[in-house]
Amino acid sequence: MERAGIPTALLCNLVSLAEKVGAPRIVPTRGIPYPAGDPSLSHDDEKEWRRALVKRALHAVSTPVTSPTIFPVEQEASA
Amino acid sequence: MTRVVHYVNQFFAGLGGEDQAGIAPSLKEGAVGPGRRLAQLLGDDAEIVATVYCGDDYAASVEGAAAQILALVMSYEPDVLIAGPAFGSGRYGLACARLGAAADAAGLPVVVAMHEDNPGLDEAGTIPVVASGATSREMRASLDRLGAAARKVIAGDALTSDDGRIGRAARATTVAETTAAERAVDLVLTRLAGDRDATEIPLPRFDRVMPAQPIEDPATATVALVTEGAVVPNGNPDGLESARATRWLRYPIDEVASLASGDYVSVHGGFSTSWANEDPCRILPLDVARELEQEGAIGKLHAAYLVTAGNGTSVANARRFGIEWAAELRKAGVQAAVLTST
Repeated sequence: MERAGIPTALLCNLVSLAEKVGAPRIVPTRGIPYPAGDPSLSHDDEKEWRRALVKRALHAVSTPVTSPTIFPVEQEASA
Repeated sequence: MTRVVHYVNQFFAGLGGEDQAGIAPSLKEGAVGPGRRLAQLLGDDAEIVATVYCGDDYAASVEGAAAQILALVMSYEPDVLIAGPAFGSGRYGLACARLGAAADAAGLPVVVAMHEDNPGLDEAGTIPVVASGATSREMRASLDRLGAAARKVIAGDALTSDDGRIGRAARATTVAETTAAERAVDLVLTRLAGDRDATEIPLPRFDRVMPAQPIEDPATATVALVTEGAVVPNGNPDGLESARATRWLRYPIDEVASLASGDYVSVHGGFSTSWANEDPCRILPLDVARELEQEGAIGKLHAAYLVTAGNGTSVANARRFGIEWAAELRKAGVQAAVLTST
């Protein structure tokens, strides 16, 4: 998809693998079964985390990159 | 006189670049673009009677495109079809492979050329494909090889790796002179001697991707949510596989604010889906994306989400899905994507 000109934020847990296969925009997640979630949090807190992830993804697709780049959610960022 | 039809994409037919990638199949009489040199290489006993072309997005994403293109090819009563060279261009390679396979199934001899890493190679099945360079900078050498291969195909001769043949050939069982144990030891010794590529079976290689230009501002962009987390409507009505997926699906989310538990499930076989089934937005974050759209942080969410199961998916299929998703999303004017992976 990136090759076709569509910047794509990949939300995934196995970050080193994503880097190895060359995914250009990587947003680390907290677990394989819940890429956009975190069941250890309350419902509201989990939704805040999900918002932060998607906002990070939007930031990643708005950022020029030249090679696999990791865009972690900043711990202090609020939704 | 052997009648040859040549297939190329919109760019090599001289229609334009990406801006013309959506055009439907059409044709011009005689040889066009790279076909001119190809015609010379074929010699005096063969003639390119027509050049059929199609936009890359159309060819890669419209249902039945290969059949449409083949119909145009057949209308010129060819003895042979030549497609490409597609170089590393994925949509073009996919188009050539599908067209080639359709022609082969219809009994028309065919030869295709593309780079050995072209993601479209796998769809060519066992039809003859010869390796081209990675980019059109290598047009001349690529045409030399394609022309030579085409002459052999016209003569009814089989192509081998000596001709630059790549991809699958129909498997023939033979008895090796040495046992596998002996061959394995020989292979180790060959590798230790410095030949890093020696192998009996080539493994898939991951290629370098040139990242896309970023979007200016998500607030003005159309963004698609896509996933390999196998989230589908309850009951999996279209039968998405839980592993080794051979397909992908799309589901509308235009009026949908969130994926509700019970309405959607994950059928992914690679992890425990209990958390996802409690809240499918844990895989496809539609709830927050919709809120961000309403708040103006996202210009517009694409009207559907695309989904497959990323469990034991072959590299070749995954590449193909990526190409097809890209073609579909480009056609729909989507400018960026959020892909969740499990």
